[in-house]
Amino acid sequence: MAKYICPGCGYQYNEVLGEPREGYVPGTAFSDLPEGFVCPDCAVRAKEDFELVEE
Amino acid sequence: MHQFTVQHPEQGEIIYQDRKRYLWLVSLLYPLIALSGIGLFYLTGNQWVFVVPLVIAYIGISALDWLIGEDRNNPPEEIVPQLEADAYYRWLPILTVPMHLLVLVIFAWFIANHDLGLPAFLMLTLTAGLYSGLGINTAHELGHKKPALERWMARVALAASGYGHFCVEHNRGHHRHVATPEDPASSKMGENIYQFAWAEIPAGFRRGWACEKERMERQGKSVWHPTNEVLQSYALTLVIQGALIVAFGWIMLPFLLLQNFFGWWQLTSANYIEHYGLLRQRKPNGGYEHCQPWHSWNADYLASNLLLFQLERHSDHHAHPTRRYQSLRSFPSLPTLPTGYSGMYALAMVPALWYRVMDKRLLALPHIAGDFDKINIAPGRRAELEARYAGVSVQQPAVQEA
Repeated sequence: MAKYICPGCGYQYNEVLGEPREGYVPGTAFSDLPEGFVCPDCAVRAKEDFELVEE
Repeated sequence: MHQFTVQHPEQGEIIYQDRKRYLWLVSLLYPLIALSGIGLFYLTGNQWVFVVPLVIAYIGISALDWLIGEDRNNPPEEIVPQLEADAYYRWLPILTVPMHLLVLVIFAWFIANHDLGLPAFLMLTLTAGLYSGLGINTAHELGHKKPALERWMARVALAASGYGHFCVEHNRGHHRHVATPEDPASSKMGENIYQFAWAEIPAGFRRGWACEKERMERQGKSVWHPTNEVLQSYALTLVIQGALIVAFGWIMLPFLLLQNFFGWWQLTSANYIEHYGLLRQRKPNGGYEHCQPWHSWNADYLASNLLLFQLERHSDHHAHPTRRYQSLRSFPSLPTLPTGYSGMYALAMVPALWYRVMDKRLLALPHIAGDFDKINIAPGRRAELEARYAGVSVQQPAVQEA
């Protein structure tokens, strides 16, 4: 399970926690997020912009 | 005076004193501007004094911008985490929210209990709408934040004008598509504010609803589920404005419809002036480049920025949407409006003047330099606008153009 960070605002997507508020259940792999995924906090960085911070 | 200090490994001790710290308290006093007309009426008995808050909003604030001038002060980046964590700054916009509801109730009560002519009714209703519009700005500041309390207070502030979809629409729609033809909340060159509002206001309702519907569906819930944040704010509007109708009678119906609309008009005015004509370029993969500092119009006037939680430092807001108002920074060489937002709202209502001031300023921006390919242009207007501005020098600094 890995963590990915939004380079714009610092939001971290943690695969263990998912993002239930956005409808991504705990355990959802980053690669399984839709291509239209944008940062849940700032909404100005898209999936392609996120950076892997922790395997 | 409150000081922030931090030990920097190379620069030593950094000390910062926020000169605006206590000036932000004025955000709690703005209801007094809205209520000044009612106060003056009790002093004079003349119904025409109800125009005073409208004059203050459109002309008085602009005069203060001119008198007090610009504020280019930025906090050092090393201090920003302390500023962001300071509860004083955090609570001010939160405490502003009940003021918006209180003022709405006072105006409703006053209108229902006084024998007013049509001009007095209109002036009072527009003033109530103006202040509810300021509530949308308060919601804007709160709705970008991560803590649940602030997001909830944003929904409460939006309820005053029935604009509950705004935060969803703005954060997930406008910020994502800003300065592109796909964004109904980014105005195009050659489009006047009335054409813009006609498309933008209904599109905002639709986009906010669609964004929230997608989120609810991803959660496996119906769009009508009570956790729908747009519905929550609309429900508050229904309760608050329904209670006003029950308490004060059917006169509330035209009052609320017009005050709501004028509140929306304030937000639409902001959207109209913030990105006029600015355009993000396509990347080779077909997507748009990220929003850059030159994709927003800025103004850095102290008076109107205090009124709007530094919304006028708009480039930094788009670069860092979750950054709090006290930390937003001013930068030189950005697209700059000739006056603060209040004055620009008034200017936008006279399209011929707006075009006269803004079109040459837009064409003269260094990243555009007269190139119409780099401008977001109203559909079908390009040839006409190119002909109109053919031969106009774009070499002068933008600041001298208007």
